[in-house]
Amino acid sequence: MDFNIVWYILVGVLLIGYAILDGFDLGVGILHLRSKGDYNRRILMNAIGPVWDGNEVWLITAGGALFAAFPNVYATAFSSFYLPFMLLLVALIFRAVSIEFRSKEENPRWRNFWDWGFSIGSITAALLFGIAIGNVVMGFHIGSDMEYQGNFFDLLNPYSLAAGFFALSMFALHGAIYLNMKTEGELQKQIQGWIKTNYWIFVIFYLIFSGLTLYMKPEMIANFSFGQIDLPGNKHELVENHQTLISVFAWTVVFLNILAIANIPRTLAKGNYGWTFISSASMIGAIVMLFALGIFPNLMISNLDPAFNLDIYNAASSQYTLKTMAILAAFGLPFVVSYTVIIYWTYRGKVKLDENSY
Amino acid sequence: MTWDVETLSRIQFAFTIMFHYIFPPFSIGLGLLLVVFESLFLITKKKIYEKITRFWIKIFAANFSVGVASGIVMEFEFGTNWSTYSRFVGDIFGSPLAAEGIFAFFLESGFLAILLFGWNRVKPGMHLFATIMVALGSMLSGFWIVVANSWQQTPVAYEIVVDYGIRRAVITDFWEMVFNPSSMVRFTHVILGAWIQGAFLVMSVSAYYLIKKKNIEFAQKSFAIALGLAAIASIAQPLVGHEHAKVVEEWQPAKLAAFEGLYETQTNAPLYLFGWTDPEKRETSGIAIPGMLSFLVHGDFEGEVKGLEEFPEEDWPAVNGVFQSYHLMVALGMLFIGATVLSLILLWKKKLFTPSWSWLIKLYVPAVALPVLANQLGWVSAERGRQPWIVQGLLRTSEGVSKSISTPEVMISLLLFLLVYILLFFVWLYVLDREIKHGPEHLAAVEVGFKKKAERMDAIKSH
Repeated sequence: MDFNIVWYILVGVLLIGYAILDGFDLGVGILHLRSKGDYNRRILMNAIGPVWDGNEVWLITAGGALFAAFPNVYATAFSSFYLPFMLLLVALIFRAVSIEFRSKEENPRWRNFWDWGFSIGSITAALLFGIAIGNVVMGFHIGSDMEYQGNFFDLLNPYSLAAGFFALSMFALHGAIYLNMKTEGELQKQIQGWIKTNYWIFVIFYLIFSGLTLYMKPEMIANFSFGQIDLPGNKHELVENHQTLISVFAWTVVFLNILAIANIPRTLAKGNYGWTFISSASMIGAIVMLFALGIFPNLMISNLDPAFNLDIYNAASSQYTLKTMAILAAFGLPFVVSYTVIIYWTYRGKVKLDENSY
Repeated sequence: MTWDVETLSRIQFAFTIMFHYIFPPFSIGLGLLLVVFESLFLITKKKIYEKITRFWIKIFAANFSVGVASGIVMEFEFGTNWSTYSRFVGDIFGSPLAAEGIFAFFLESGFLAILLFGWNRVKPGMHLFATIMVALGSMLSGFWIVVANSWQQTPVAYEIVVDYGIRRAVITDFWEMVFNPSSMVRFTHVILGAWIQGAFLVMSVSAYYLIKKKNIEFAQKSFAIALGLAAIASIAQPLVGHEHAKVVEEWQPAKLAAFEGLYETQTNAPLYLFGWTDPEKRETSGIAIPGMLSFLVHGDFEGEVKGLEEFPEEDWPAVNGVFQSYHLMVALGMLFIGATVLSLILLWKKKLFTPSWSWLIKLYVPAVALPVLANQLGWVSAERGRQPWIVQGLLRTSEGVSKSISTPEVMISLLLFLLVYILLFFVWLYVLDREIKHGPEHLAAVEVGFKKKAERMDAIKSH
């Protein structure tokens, strides 16, 4: 276990944190236009009102961590993904300011405009996150100089688009499950209806996407195939030495993932809404974790030549920096967790509008 | 000038960072004032301070959200447009950026939730604590980002290595990198500038109420407290100047020479109040204090200051450009000292809010634009003064640009940012204007929690 692996895990933790926390913010945005009436829309927006900003910090910190720990990935990823990434930034900007500005003015056209901004921003962001993950799996045209050689349209391949819709359906479901905890009465009933439809949409996309992954990129499970499948390029020695242990662990995660998905309708029917949320959060965590395990030790795969892959060694900062930053992160993360707990505890329970609300 | 990837990326970076930098100084300055306002409320228990605190929280919120939204861009733009630079500095520059996320942004955004929405939810002491943490978080974030930028100005504690065919700088001592020669002096300068900007916003809005004869007590108290902060920060600013000049002279002599239009190395070097410099003819004219630059740098009029002649012309920044932006910033700084000290004396003599000085109060309404301008000009001077280097002496800006992006791509993104930011700017002004016109009495309570329009109308009538 070296510091390169530690940072692979830390960036992974930040991304899992982001996907779970901002995932439901995006989900609320995706569903926003389906709620009717100003009061309901305010409830939806205020359900994430106090927390969305902190949730987004997970993404910003993941960006900073990637820059500090794996600068070559930071450089290659964002410059190759240039236009989609700019679109993502604009989407996140609209998402952010729409929440702040929407209820500042009573004019219905004003509110409608920001409702659309909030929703389209969230939908675009969710789609693009999925497309990004899809491309990470499919690989990029990365040359020997670590630079991207493809063009914009190479990024929009069918697999990545499927990944985009998968992410969209996953976040929509997760957002509805979050809202179910925060609402009551008629609105809550309506949201439970959304969960049921979204659940089946999600399951269909989940099956399509998993099938497509296994069909097009069977090496995604090479690291946990009990040594049955080879990884183009080399497997990490840690994986080579602990084939069985890692495979058993990964398949346990797969199993728990399926269990978590199955647990969603069960807990919903029993009225344990907190558990429904924990199930969908675990489901997202497990999915991100399996992807991370699948591409390890690579961060960006070159589909020109596995020798051009950006992995946790050729893309990394110096050992000294990785070590210093790991110490700083170890010092900082307990604080991060404690702020998060304080905020969610303060805003527990159903949403109530007051004069401070959006 | 050719419209290539480098030029467009520079324009885009300048535009996005300058737009972003309208907002953080307001947050830093207003954040500190919120701590003062709320502490006064908790100590005195007077209703007026509650009103003051809660009104400025609303202004803070509108400003903060645009700052956050435009800030996301900054975290990633090094990678999108300056990827070669990112590979070169990642080991060093990435660390403070990550530290900013872990130590500043989480703190700030977490407690912001309590600051904005917690008034009825948590105990007053807890709310004040949250306000303090948000103010602290905004300053910490300023610290880490200034550290990162300062290393580009005065790089130390690094070595150049070539790994996997990539030339890059790696840290040899983390804390020496963090406290590089210019970090602390530049951080102090930036924070003082932010305090001035935040304080001028409070004074501007308060002055507006005073002229309109609305919310008089609210406006006078807000104005007086903000004035105190503005005066302290304005006076402290030139005291930092000497230390700052020494660092620039030692580490970036070409930048200092450009700031003052100094071409020949000389003792008794002059300091210009304003002027014009022509790098073609190597001439500077204007009103100058003889020997003052030598004195500022060395504490001695006979001290020697290096002129631009010492450096090849290809290593010169845009001399007249930085000369002007730098001198305008200094002139604005002097104006802030004059205006705030005068106002403070008038306040002391209980004359400030009398009709005979109402012209001065009137001037404070538009004056908020001046510190915004001064802070922008300061950064323009610092960044353009470093050119043609992106990392002083180590990497040229032209070498830092991304290799895999094309001119049309950057053109599209630049246009996209132009459109979106212009829209945001005007919406922000509009929302701010509305909040200000509503005033501190308006707590939006009538709008709250009614499901049907009729119910709400009843509430409004009985309110």
